[in-house]
Amino acid sequence: MKDKTMPADEAVARLSSGMTLGIGGWGSRRKPMALVRALLRSGITDLTVVSYGGPDVGMLAAAGRIRKLVTAFVTLDSIPLEPHYRAARERGAFELTEIDEAMFLWGLRAAANRLPFLPVRAGFGSDVMRVNPGLRTVTSPYEDGETFVAVPALRMDAALVHVNRADRAGNGQYLGPDPYFDDLFCAAADTAYVSCERIVETAELTKQGPPQTLLIRRHTVTGVVEAPNGAHFTSCAPDYGRDEAFQKRYATTPWPAFEAGFLAGDEQTYQAAVREQTCRAAVREGT
Amino acid sequence: MTGPTRAEYCVIACAEAWRDDGEVLASPMGPIPSIGARLARLTFAPDLLLTDGEALLVRPDGTPEGWLPYREHLAWVTGGRRHVMMGASQIDRFGNQNISCIGDWERPGRQLLGVRGAPVNTLNNPTSYWIPRHSRRVFVERVDMVCGVGYDRAAGARYHRIPRVVSDLGVFDFATPDRSMRLASLHPGVTVEQVRQATGFELTVPEEVPATREPTGEELRLIREVVDPAGTRAREVAA
Repeated sequence: MKDKTMPADEAVARLSSGMTLGIGGWGSRRKPMALVRALLRSGITDLTVVSYGGPDVGMLAAAGRIRKLVTAFVTLDSIPLEPHYRAARERGAFELTEIDEAMFLWGLRAAANRLPFLPVRAGFGSDVMRVNPGLRTVTSPYEDGETFVAVPALRMDAALVHVNRADRAGNGQYLGPDPYFDDLFCAAADTAYVSCERIVETAELTKQGPPQTLLIRRHTVTGVVEAPNGAHFTSCAPDYGRDEAFQKRYATTPWPAFEAGFLAGDEQTYQAAVREQTCRAAVREGT
Repeated sequence: MTGPTRAEYCVIACAEAWRDDGEVLASPMGPIPSIGARLARLTFAPDLLLTDGEALLVRPDGTPEGWLPYREHLAWVTGGRRHVMMGASQIDRFGNQNISCIGDWERPGRQLLGVRGAPVNTLNNPTSYWIPRHSRRVFVERVDMVCGVGYDRAAGARYHRIPRVVSDLGVFDFATPDRSMRLASLHPGVTVEQVRQATGFELTVPEEVPATREPTGEELRLIREVVDPAGTRAREVAA
């Protein structure tokens, strides 16, 4: 069995400008932020990003790395509107393919099933059809004769996801309540990089949770990155919740200042800056 | 016990959306619809299914009774046994709803959330709306980006239905020959003129407009002591 472990920077070094990149998680939940931060440190740009968007999209948009975004929304959850994404959209910074949440899911499933499309009862009547003039329709060959939108497969060059545990071979485990779509992202991409809170022995995985928590299968995984607190500041239940105070800081700090304050160094520097920030806040509150 | 507040009438008006729905999933978005769904479940709609807003199906006291991660939730939508109450940044006379952006989609003046699940919701299960601040900015002649599909654009959509729109001023439905919006009831203290002033399109107003029904004593107790003791409803709609 291959050992697929590698540092985040090595995973990102295997990506290149112009790629179509899927990013797992949902909104501001279990986003592979350590990998996104590594991406920001690299010179990679001109990306087509496929994401149920959160701060991953906000940061890449603010840093000017996105050529095209495929999404149904971008949000920080507790802060409904992602400020950096908004600003980028309002200055026309990149191309947008805006589709419905379910269309997105069926697009992932189509890609994972090596199908060119899957039919979905969504889109008709809405402006999703107007802003995506390339969308085609398909009519049921059975008696019902209903017409559906044929959602094209969302095939990607690479996927980035973050889970709670993984082994060195790339079997990934989630311990929170929602798998989101991370296994589908991995199956829908030609390569996939899984970061995790902790790399454990394979035998440890089923001691931490039942077999159905083994979300990601190793044959869909190219690289495994150990990244403690790697989803910060998004949530990674049950290991930690969202860092609301830090998220608020992210949302209210002008991007150049945030970048200079937190993203100028490597991941260790980032985590140290976050700890310092948390300590200072605790001292202020007298706790 | 003091009389019902405006926010409490809004809770009742939202709760009523799920009356007679049977064993379906109530998907409320926002505080007052959430309070309304739980109130309905505790009183006249005991078969309703509720979520914790994340991956669990829960009883009103929070006891988990099922697993509903996003992927299953999206599949449930197309199964149809669900009634969602969404928000709307804009809504028009036929119930077209927008939460994506204000202005030209190509380069919006104001980027909002995105279409989210509005297109799939409206073609597959009943979709009601909750609007906490009724104004001409929300009730518009034409929405900038159709996310949720209205009656004039739903021809042939066999599962399309918009049971009601609830705002802080009243309740609205589409029980008109051309399926355009109609004033169904006024919250106490609100006048027809006030609603007309706050609506950017011509609304059908029946000769006799009923008042939104009063909460019963037991319903008021449940809202105040059980479902929303912290009073979040008053932060969304002032008394």
